[in-house]
Amino acid sequence: MSNIITAEHITKSFSAHTALDDVSVEIPRGSVYGLLGPNGAGKTTLIRVINRITLPDNGRILFNDKPITQQDIYRIGYLPEERGLYRKMKVGEQALFLARLKGLSRHDALVRLKEWFERFGIEGWWNKRVDDLSKGMAQKIQFIVTVLHKPELLIFDEPFSGFDPINANLLKEEILRLRDEGATVIFSTHNMSSVEEICDHITLINKSKNILSGKVDDIRRAHGGNTFTAHYRGDATLLQERVKALCEVLEGEDSKMGYSTLKVHIPHDEDVRAVVAAINEAVELRQFTEMIPSMNDIFIRAVNGTL
Amino acid sequence: MRNISLIIGREYRERVFKKSFLITTIVMPLLMIAMGAAPTLIMEFAESETKKITVIDESGIVAPKLTSDEEIVFEAATGDLQQALVEASQNEESFGVLHIGKDIVANPNDARLYTSSSSSIMLEEAIADQIESVIESERLKAYNIDNIDEILEKVKARVHLTTFRTDKEEESSASSAAASSLVGLILGFMLYFFLAIYGSMVMQSVIDEKSSRILEVMVSTVRPFEMLMGKVLGVAAVAATQVMVWGVLIILFSAVIVPAMLPENILEGVTQVQAGGDVAALAAQQDVSPEMLTALASALDAGGIATTICTVLLFFVGGFLLYASLYAAVGASVDEAQDAQQLTIPITLPIIAAFIVTMLVMKDPNSPVVFWCSMIPFTSPIVMVARIPSGIPAWEIALSMALLYATFVVCIWAAAKIYKVGIFMHGTKPTFKDLWRWLKY
Repeated sequence: MSNIITAEHITKSFSAHTALDDVSVEIPRGSVYGLLGPNGAGKTTLIRVINRITLPDNGRILFNDKPITQQDIYRIGYLPEERGLYRKMKVGEQALFLARLKGLSRHDALVRLKEWFERFGIEGWWNKRVDDLSKGMAQKIQFIVTVLHKPELLIFDEPFSGFDPINANLLKEEILRLRDEGATVIFSTHNMSSVEEICDHITLINKSKNILSGKVDDIRRAHGGNTFTAHYRGDATLLQERVKALCEVLEGEDSKMGYSTLKVHIPHDEDVRAVVAAINEAVELRQFTEMIPSMNDIFIRAVNGTL
Repeated sequence: MRNISLIIGREYRERVFKKSFLITTIVMPLLMIAMGAAPTLIMEFAESETKKITVIDESGIVAPKLTSDEEIVFEAATGDLQQALVEASQNEESFGVLHIGKDIVANPNDARLYTSSSSSIMLEEAIADQIESVIESERLKAYNIDNIDEILEKVKARVHLTTFRTDKEEESSASSAAASSLVGLILGFMLYFFLAIYGSMVMQSVIDEKSSRILEVMVSTVRPFEMLMGKVLGVAAVAATQVMVWGVLIILFSAVIVPAMLPENILEGVTQVQAGGDVAALAAQQDVSPEMLTALASALDAGGIATTICTVLLFFVGGFLLYASLYAAVGASVDEAQDAQQLTIPITLPIIAAFIVTMLVMKDPNSPVVFWCSMIPFTSPIVMVARIPSGIPAWEIALSMALLYATFVVCIWAAAKIYKVGIFMHGTKPTFKDLWRWLKY
């Protein structure tokens, strides 16, 4: 799988501080790529560098393995975090204007806008003034304008901030649909549940540095630490005695009423079967699962440096 | 280029298709004419009551020669002053009593006006003038010259100075200094207003774009320089449209409406003056003042007006582009209009300075201060435009214009740099130091 965007050793500093410090990122074609990080970490700056809105002090951006040019910008759709529309323009006129700035001809823009307005059920808005739109309505227009020119690469900066749950869901579905149609999607977010739901790759940026990159599944597994939980019915003391030799017991909870639980750490994968067998002999095993940390845990631990 | 023209189109349509634009474009000139005509109209229509003045003339010379008119009616009376004053105070129609001393010819100050209410300077002057001329003719009579009236009539002279420019290549034409400096002042004033108003319009609209965050959406596809140029040129096109509409109105006014209203003999005189006739002779022949005739001749010269308007338009566009780019840079660096005040000072100062210098143009359109201010790009659009009607060499206009447009190129380059950084700066109010640093990014 080739990379649509390769950022090589990007450094960008503003007078007072360094926004990006030697950040390298590879974004595979066809992926939904999450750019995570606390506020002020440098996500927006990285996005702006990819978009050629700001030029890096050092390093370079490759678009489809070639240094990015101004012409490539027309193949990117960008929805910034802070987004606005001309308040005094009519919706249709405005959408048409923005679409033509993206390189569409007047005719193409009209045809595609009509399609999207129908899809979202907002045909009646064409002659409304932007002033009269609610925030959610304006967001739909902004989304349409971002994707209208069918860009290969879509960049959403904090797309879910400010969207109500219904629109957020609509957006999520549209993002996945666009990926299925072949687009690559980058988005920055704090919303970790959405990362688990739709991202397949992530990069975690903290204090201007890339501190974690990779496939979501790999990262979660890698940070699981081979910890397992067993739910069982039976004698807790007996169980602990049986497994002590095979693995490290982390904690146990003895419940007289329902299931008891035992948390263990198994350093070597090959020992897992033996541990399961030992548990099975000692007690009545109902459930045995690997503890995969949520992205939220990983995020917090990574940022706090306790990963 | 495509992006710039799209942006120009948007900026242009947004403003020109607004009702307020139509109103200001059509109503403003009417309003200005009305304001110019207002004092005359008010004087015309302000009805003044007829003032009855009782005259007690102890000399017996003045009273018979005082002539009454619509405003003042003189009534000669006999008897003493006290009695007349009492009568006047009882009679509501009476305005007052004029008392003229016995020896008025020898002692002209011996004239007193007693009034029941406050009088006006105009009234007092009118009375004094009449008394003066009576005394003067009385004094002349004392010399016993025959046919004195006839002689005086023959002695009277009217002088009109017809000015010809000899430094111009073209056929020397009669020019009226008064008319051209007035036109210059009006043009300079207009330019001043336009630069200030349209300049801050650009600034405000950049601030709006920044605070509504539309800029963030735009910059991904449009380079900041294109946004800046598109906005500045778009608004310039709006302003130019307005000036052109007014220009057409003025040409129509002078080519069609005024000639239709003027009496035929004057119009004929005007045509002959335009054709190079002798102003003084024509004026005498048509019985109008020569100043009026020259002023009319240049005011009704539609071709000349069109040339002036085109030159003015070029200076206006140059000056506008220069100032608008600076205003846009300031707009991009602040969050709200209030924060912009400090930063706009260096921009507004030269505009105001230029406006003050415009006043000096009336005194002498070729003095050194005026000359240099019409060359320095920041003041030149206003000052040069005020000088143009007085007729100045073409090389001066060309040089001034070249300097203006060259400075614009430098300014838009600097403005674009500040703009590029400024549009992403939110929060703290920038200082000049910040702007200087952004320039070097």
